[in-house]
Amino acid sequence: MKKLIIALAASAALMGGFASSAQAQDKTKVCFIYVGSKTDGGWTQAHDIGRQELQTHFGDKIETPFLESVPEGPDAERAIERMARSGCALIYTTSFGFMDATIKVAEKFPDVKFEHATGFKAAENVSTYNARFYEGRYIQGQIAAKMSKKGLAGYIASFPIPEVVMGINAFVLGAQSINPEFKLKVVWANTWFDPGKEADAAKALVDQGVDILTQHTDTTAPMQVAAERGIFAFGQASDMIAAGPKTQLTAIVDTWGAYYIKRTQALLDGNWKSEQIWDGLKDGILTMAPYTNMPDDVKAMAEETEAKIKSGELHPFTGPVKKQDGTEWLAQGEKSEDGVLLGMNFYVAGVDDKLPQ
Amino acid sequence: MRIELQKRAQVSTLFSMLSPLLALVLTLFFGGIMFWMLGKDPLDALYSFFVEPLLEVWSLHELAIKAAPLILIAVGLSVCFRSNNWNIGAEGQFTIGAITGSILPVLYPEWHSPMILPLMLIMGMIGGGLYAGIPALLKTRFNTNEILTSLMLVYIAQLYLDWLTRGPWRDPQGYNFPQTKAFVPEAVLPEILDSGRAHLAIVFALVAAVVIWFMMRFMMKGFQVSVLGQSERAGRFAGFSARRMVWFSMLLSGAFAGLAGISEVSGSIGHLQPAISPGYGFTAIIVAFLGRLNPLGIIASGFVLALTYLGGEAAQLSIGISDKVSRVFQGLLLFFVLSCDTLIHYRIRLVRNQTAGGAHA
Amino acid sequence: MLEAILLTVITAATPLVIASLGELVTERSGVLNLGVEGMMIMGAVIAFAATQATGSPYLGVVAGIVAGAVFSLLFGFLTLTLVANQVATGLALTILGLGLSGQIGESFVGQPGIKLQPIAIPLLSDIPFVGSLLFRQDLIFYLSIALVVGIHWFLFRSRTGLKMRAIGDNHASAHALGINVIRTRYLAVMFGGACAGLAGAQLSLVYTPQWVENMTGGRGWIALALVVFASWRPIRVLAGGYLFGAVTIGQLHAQALGIGIPSQFLSALPYAATIVVLIIISHNRRTTLINTPASLGKPFVPER
Repeated sequence: MKKLIIALAASAALMGGFASSAQAQDKTKVCFIYVGSKTDGGWTQAHDIGRQELQTHFGDKIETPFLESVPEGPDAERAIERMARSGCALIYTTSFGFMDATIKVAEKFPDVKFEHATGFKAAENVSTYNARFYEGRYIQGQIAAKMSKKGLAGYIASFPIPEVVMGINAFVLGAQSINPEFKLKVVWANTWFDPGKEADAAKALVDQGVDILTQHTDTTAPMQVAAERGIFAFGQASDMIAAGPKTQLTAIVDTWGAYYIKRTQALLDGNWKSEQIWDGLKDGILTMAPYTNMPDDVKAMAEETEAKIKSGELHPFTGPVKKQDGTEWLAQGEKSEDGVLLGMNFYVAGVDDKLPQ
Repeated sequence: MRIELQKRAQVSTLFSMLSPLLALVLTLFFGGIMFWMLGKDPLDALYSFFVEPLLEVWSLHELAIKAAPLILIAVGLSVCFRSNNWNIGAEGQFTIGAITGSILPVLYPEWHSPMILPLMLIMGMIGGGLYAGIPALLKTRFNTNEILTSLMLVYIAQLYLDWLTRGPWRDPQGYNFPQTKAFVPEAVLPEILDSGRAHLAIVFALVAAVVIWFMMRFMMKGFQVSVLGQSERAGRFAGFSARRMVWFSMLLSGAFAGLAGISEVSGSIGHLQPAISPGYGFTAIIVAFLGRLNPLGIIASGFVLALTYLGGEAAQLSIGISDKVSRVFQGLLLFFVLSCDTLIHYRIRLVRNQTAGGAHA
Repeated sequence: MLEAILLTVITAATPLVIASLGELVTERSGVLNLGVEGMMIMGAVIAFAATQATGSPYLGVVAGIVAGAVFSLLFGFLTLTLVANQVATGLALTILGLGLSGQIGESFVGQPGIKLQPIAIPLLSDIPFVGSLLFRQDLIFYLSIALVVGIHWFLFRSRTGLKMRAIGDNHASAHALGINVIRTRYLAVMFGGACAGLAGAQLSLVYTPQWVENMTGGRGWIALALVVFASWRPIRVLAGGYLFGAVTIGQLHAQALGIGIPSQFLSALPYAATIVVLIIISHNRRTTLINTPASLGKPFVPER
């Protein structure tokens, strides 16, 4: 035991002195901070896969340390500051709740670059990045309208933030572009991640007669329920085909890897600058999982819509669109501004739910 | 072979001091083995757990920030637990304290006044106290078990906060994201030193600990707490009211938890949001017991527990030990501390099986 | 539709009932183990792992039970042999279980699980409505019902059960009567662990056949609450579990119907309902006191 203590003291002196600062210099550190576990099967895992792709791409040139399961709040500020102090050149903070903490730490460390996912506050050394997931949801809506016999789909939602509301609206608009009478039922699970609750919500929706399920929560539980009840469903965040080989129509897959590689390259080249990035299908920041379990004509339609969105020919939020209360939101041919989408707190017509205000 | 305990004639002072050290050594030893089995250098791992967070000034500040709510809540809980009132809903009282304390800066964001901060703190304490008053009322009036009611009220408080921050209290300029307006500078708990983020909460925590220690040791109220906690009957003979003690201990611990809540929101976060606590109210229960329900012991245990959180982070970052391993390690530490405390009250002997006699059930 | 909703309620309530029954036995012997959540999640991960390894969910169920029981021994050793504080040890057990299960389960995330299939009981399962509800269920559901009946019989009709209740009410006099307090309590703690493990297995093999971290999602705490709610009586545990399940599922249906009450309030309903029912039950001071194990949570060291 005594030896251990001596060794401890010795290593303390050694590392505290110079060892830690010496090794940090040859490799560029690109660091990640996660709100969940890196194997959560959803949001955080998608970021971690991106991180691994980044590491493989640059090999020995960079290091990619990460902190997982960091609670939003004061813990986040400490965790980010620890990263900044440990020699990270670029820090990705991958949850909306890290926004203010990121900004605060960034002020203290002007030489470190920060990129915050899904937020709206930027600075000289803070970029924001996000993906236009609604593009994928529009395609899903169209598929749902074709595949649903009842014209009624169920949506398992997490929390009423703009990102989620935007997704619901895009889904409904996609569906209504095929079947104007299409209706959507929404259940708020009040969690991002609880297989039991998600499964219960899925079952409740199916029992109320929906014959297509889609989700904005992270586990595959709703997909399993859909498989059991013999209806179709859409995957979220990653390809969930393994959970429903005969059930999944397609899934929105978060593919952050290419983005991380692009930005890290810019950092290494010395031309990284603060930007507010909101990429879509065309940039590859999200991709559609293979269109499966549907007739060829539906598949062809989905592929065509995807191509049109990529080329810019189709914007999912194009008028005429009415709000739920019947007032006009977008006139014929009018496209929504990004700012409205990012702060979205209203439903479009056809959603059978009242948005929590 | 089996283990047999023998009650010591009196509490062992030697082991009171030695047992935490013994626990630490055991944790280091078994933790080291665990890290070694995971293919990490045990010395590196232990170093980042226990030493690295203590080397830099900013990190010491962070330690104080993390320890403050734990100590403050645990001190209040120690009074509850000593008087046999099982308030395990401090997390909810923390949340409600944060909400009631935030009423002024959220609803009157234009009000700049030095009065605002003291008012916020008082309102936070009142809110937390009243929320703890619900289980107290139910216990004294309807004889309802407070473990259950206080726990259920945690979920209700969290959902209420969730609704507030996503609904009526949401910042209209915040793109409808779930958080309130940032507090005005007058409503932010000041930092105590220029060298880091640590704010007044740690001062509140230390003062509370000393005051409660003094009360328990030298005041009639403290005596009442101990007597009623040991035996309600004995307390009744002495003319103490168990019913009033339920109220006293619950309101006190609720107020402390509420103060911790508003301090955390005002000092560390700067606005109200759905997630304000990584389970402080529950962790504080462990802190209270690790500190042997003694307010001064709680100061020590609060810092130790805070250190394991910071250490877990450091270990994750510098040598890639996963967050789950950190939690296992935390569990190990707790188990060793709890089991070593046995030595204070008991002598442990190994007994051969054949000597065991007596009837078996 | 009613049938489908009730099936959902049964699935949601079963793990609560089972874990709660186990804790009830533990508490009846005078031991308060707050580590249900930790034992449950260990059961869930081990049951899933064993199922993936062997391909048989039945072996998974067995593994889950064993895992819960073994894990509870840790609690037993600390609180019974070393008389450590039960509240703190239970909480520590939960922390350890959540961490350990995450570590063990890391490689299983994302793997589709194998579901424990229902077993139709001949003849009975043909009864309309009731048949498909109660007699075309999986093994764990049948076990949950058997446990309710069995534990009720054990506690109130058997000699050993009587002795165990005696220990829970007054361990000193039980000891004086020659009952082995520590051994009985060890068995009661292990039984509680085994039940929690079984409840965990239900989560990862029936409820949602998959493994994800923290998948218990606080159900262990609800199970603990149910014991008090049921004032330590097995049949009331069953009722309480199903009531809680019904309110949980009911609020989701209320949402799907689009009634426009904020979902947070609906989500809070099960907890509020628990409190209200508890007040009604405990209002009668005498029945509560009769059922509460008097030496619950108090350490016991045999005097020699």
